[in-house]
Amino acid sequence: MFKKGLLILLAFVISASAFAAKNENSIQVKGSDTMVNLAQAWAEKYMENSPGELIAVTGGGSGTGFSSLISGTCNIAMSSRSIKEKEIALAKQKGIDPNEIKVALDGLAVVVNPSNLIDKLTVDQLAAIFTGRIMNWKEIGGKDEKIVILSREVNSGTHVYFKEHVIRKNNPNSKEEFAPSALMLSSSQAIADEVAGNPAAIGYYGMGYISLKQKPVAVAKDEKSEYIKPLIENVLDGKYPISRPLFLYTNGTPEGLTKKFLDFTLSREGQGIVLATDFVPVKK
Amino acid sequence: MRKVKEFIIEKLILLCGLASILFVTLIFLFLLKEGIEVFKSVGFFKFLFGKSWYPISEPPQLGILPLILGSLLVTIGAAVISIPIGIGCAIYIAEIAPQKLKEILKAGIELLAAIPSVVLGFIGMVTLVPLVKSVFHLPTGLTALSGAIMLAFMAMPTIVSIAEDAFYSVPKTYKEGALALGATHWQTIWRVLLPAASSGILAAVMLGIGRVIGETMAVMMITGNAAVIPHSIFVPVRTLTATIAAEMGEAVVGSEHYFALFAIGIVLFVISFAINVTADLFLHKRQ
Repeated sequence: MFKKGLLILLAFVISASAFAAKNENSIQVKGSDTMVNLAQAWAEKYMENSPGELIAVTGGGSGTGFSSLISGTCNIAMSSRSIKEKEIALAKQKGIDPNEIKVALDGLAVVVNPSNLIDKLTVDQLAAIFTGRIMNWKEIGGKDEKIVILSREVNSGTHVYFKEHVIRKNNPNSKEEFAPSALMLSSSQAIADEVAGNPAAIGYYGMGYISLKQKPVAVAKDEKSEYIKPLIENVLDGKYPISRPLFLYTNGTPEGLTKKFLDFTLSREGQGIVLATDFVPVKK
Repeated sequence: MRKVKEFIIEKLILLCGLASILFVTLIFLFLLKEGIEVFKSVGFFKFLFGKSWYPISEPPQLGILPLILGSLLVTIGAAVISIPIGIGCAIYIAEIAPQKLKEILKAGIELLAAIPSVVLGFIGMVTLVPLVKSVFHLPTGLTALSGAIMLAFMAMPTIVSIAEDAFYSVPKTYKEGALALGATHWQTIWRVLLPAASSGILAAVMLGIGRVIGETMAVMMITGNAAVIPHSIFVPVRTLTATIAAEMGEAVVGSEHYFALFAIGIVLFVISFAINVTADLFLHKRQ
């Protein structure tokens, strides 16, 4: 708790000083919580490379990012979704011209034990498994074994993402939830370990955690679609269904420090950080 | 001059004595202040007896019955395992073991108490969890049983050392009297020493249980944390402590979820307070 308070205080101090200075040497980055760690890692590395320049990163959600970009209180908005028509119209009214830069991709792998007979599933089947409607592997052509559902804790962005995009199938009005019997593990590594040792388990995590001890399942949007493996190239060309682009938005063509920071995020080093924080780089 | 010095030191020590009470009161008041908020929106009984825990949904479902039952199941399991072993161990150390072995055993138990819970959790995760899974043919080894076994290890040092003290505090004359009347060693232990030390042993058990119910790290690592109402000890459970630990970091300050976590804190506080008071009552009865 104390740490959180300190962080908030620090954020205040930093933002206060940023506003006070409001000069070429500092920029504000705000928005998507999914991207906070990534942007923070970028900012830390960037500031290490060029001392004297300040990049302050705050979360709040993609929508918050857009609204502060529109009101001019941040230089860069982070977003895990594209900007909406409504937001563009609002921005135009205020004389802001949102400029989209795709900086990373977020791909989620669904994994099972290598001894599991299942190697492909549709998004519908995934939803049915993770909500507990399908309880046994034999219902979808596997062995007669009870399915052990593994999930991340609720504090994880991955948990939220999986719930919204797979379990609720992008429907904001859906009331579907993870099955109460789903095991909540505190890290992606814990899920990887459990899947490696448990033939009946199924879990999900960022693609970076896949190893030979787990088998990633090929996923299809629906029964008629092609089953796609979670590979970096499939996420890159948008074929893999459980993935999404991550964006940074600026006002018009970026200049000065904003441009330098954006160039850094797309540089080899910046894209290396993308990989290190378990996202998929947009440039190899 | 000496009197003044005496007076100052006396008051200082009094202050130290009162400090702990002050802190407990402050902590409880803070918990109450933060936790009470949730009852405004959820309702006291719906919170305690609600069956679904989905804190980040819209609207959140904040029922902690699965969490309470999870905590109780793990605690009872740990008690069933650790009480017989712990008391047996205490009897052996206090009455039967030769002096040299006694020293070794006591050192061993102290060492067990010194192992950090996260280490025990880690060891449990890589050794006990796969074992439980294969022995009982379960779909997963991350169950209440694994948690109970690991926590039994944690409760044992408390139970053994306090129960052992209880045996020592039984007057020597009782034992000598029983032996003089022709009772065997075991009869003396079973019929004389055990009843005479019973209140101390009960206190030992209570404090052991108090240790178990508040344990967080090891449980979080090996019980699977599924917020489902457990129908046997072979299923994953989510405990009160693990819920707070896992979710506090991300709960938005001032949100319903945040207040609910504090309310869970109140529930835990009340439970361990009750256990400690009971233990205290037993201890005082003995004296």
